[in-house]
Amino acid sequence: MAWTRACAIGDVDEEDVIRFDHAGETFAIFRSADDEFFATEGYCTHERNCLADGLVMGDIIECPKHNGRFNYKTGQAKGAPVTVNLKTYPIKVEGGAVFVDIG
Amino acid sequence: MTADAAGAAWTPRDYSLVGRDAALAVENGLATAEWYHTDIPRKRMKELMQRSDGPALRDTAIWLGLFVVFAAGAIYFWGSWWSVPFFICYGVLYGSSTDSRWHECGHGTAFKTRWLNTVIYQMACFMIMREPTVWRWSHARHHTDTIIVGRDPEIGFMRPPVLLRGLVNFFALANTPKTIIGILYHATGQLTPAEKTFIPEMEWHKVYSTARIWTVLHLIPIGLAIYFHSWLPVLLVGPLPTMYGAWLEVYFGITQHAGLAEDVLDHRLNSRTVYMNPLFRFIYWNMNYHVEHHMFPMVPYYRLAELHEIMKPDTPKPYASTIEAYREIIPALLRQHREPTWFVRRELPPTARPYRPDLHGQDVPSPAE
Repeated sequence: MAWTRACAIGDVDEEDVIRFDHAGETFAIFRSADDEFFATEGYCTHERNCLADGLVMGDIIECPKHNGRFNYKTGQAKGAPVTVNLKTYPIKVEGGAVFVDIG
Repeated sequence: MTADAAGAAWTPRDYSLVGRDAALAVENGLATAEWYHTDIPRKRMKELMQRSDGPALRDTAIWLGLFVVFAAGAIYFWGSWWSVPFFICYGVLYGSSTDSRWHECGHGTAFKTRWLNTVIYQMACFMIMREPTVWRWSHARHHTDTIIVGRDPEIGFMRPPVLLRGLVNFFALANTPKTIIGILYHATGQLTPAEKTFIPEMEWHKVYSTARIWTVLHLIPIGLAIYFHSWLPVLLVGPLPTMYGAWLEVYFGITQHAGLAEDVLDHRLNSRTVYMNPLFRFIYWNMNYHVEHHMFPMVPYYRLAELHEIMKPDTPKPYASTIEAYREIIPALLRQHREPTWFVRRELPPTARPYRPDLHGQDVPSPAE
């Protein structure tokens, strides 16, 4: 386990996403409408567009460029134009901060 | 080096997706590249991206109602000249308004409810004769690599522009036969090498099955026409209304990118925003806000006017009308016919962030120049 602090809880609005860059990699940190946190890789698997610019709707993140949709809780691609699932990462909340296990 | 100076060393561009310029685009970092974006606060962008079924349901109810009215009029007056205006209006709905419906529903932004986007997308694709899977992926590429030579499959006017082709396409005389050949080819279970570059293999079967279904569907009105000894069925459904109704879609579509820069990574340089009257905007579902749409494609058509107001200080002056746009486009295409390296340079207002030479070379003037 390599827990890395990604952000403070208050940095992410409910039903929203922010970008987190660490050691040359980009991640997306999600906060669901029911106040749970999730982490995935930061770019759409279709083409290299930053998911943090996209729209969170329920359990879905929609890529800002081509409408590719993923379930950000599981990483599952929900159909064309995305065909490859997102990588997801373990996440925990401690002391008002969000930590991601980036391996 | 300016674009004009570069003309001396100009060699014809290769617009094929599997040719020399396709490889060069990758080599030069123009493929799947980082593009310029106007800075808009995240909260505002989120608001603008929110979907609602309301506006598109209202517009679609009017749209379908107009189809019924104009088709009924055309049928009622069939055999007299009075049917002609009804066919003209019906054709505009069938061959032109379907362009924007195909487009918005393809982006998945028109309706909040996914299946509504899918249904209208399929209907519009059939009417405008754009194979749904092929065009979904071709349009995704168009957004990734807008007017990047060798990458964008939807460049309307390649340089030097073939003006005759542009003219005959006002009645889809080049596009429709090409589409029919494409459908028949796909129905045999094959894709061209270029299509294979932008359609993932797992989607190929959809292309083949749709082509087969479309072949059968297109035979139905032909069969009815033969059975009833009447042109009416084929004037209402199939390639003919796509063709006789295409002119307005082409008139709108040419304003999007024609005559502007190629191989730049800033939509302010290669796209136009053109003001249109409410009727045009209904037919075109606000695609006249084309710079805005390209920069932020997930904003639904009914929020583009708001987005335009926000982006105005950072974008070139919009064209006051389609007439003003064509005052630029027609001379530009004629000049590009003689000087293929020439293009229209869009000027930014003093409030805009400058063009970034690191994104597309030094030949684009900054506002200070």
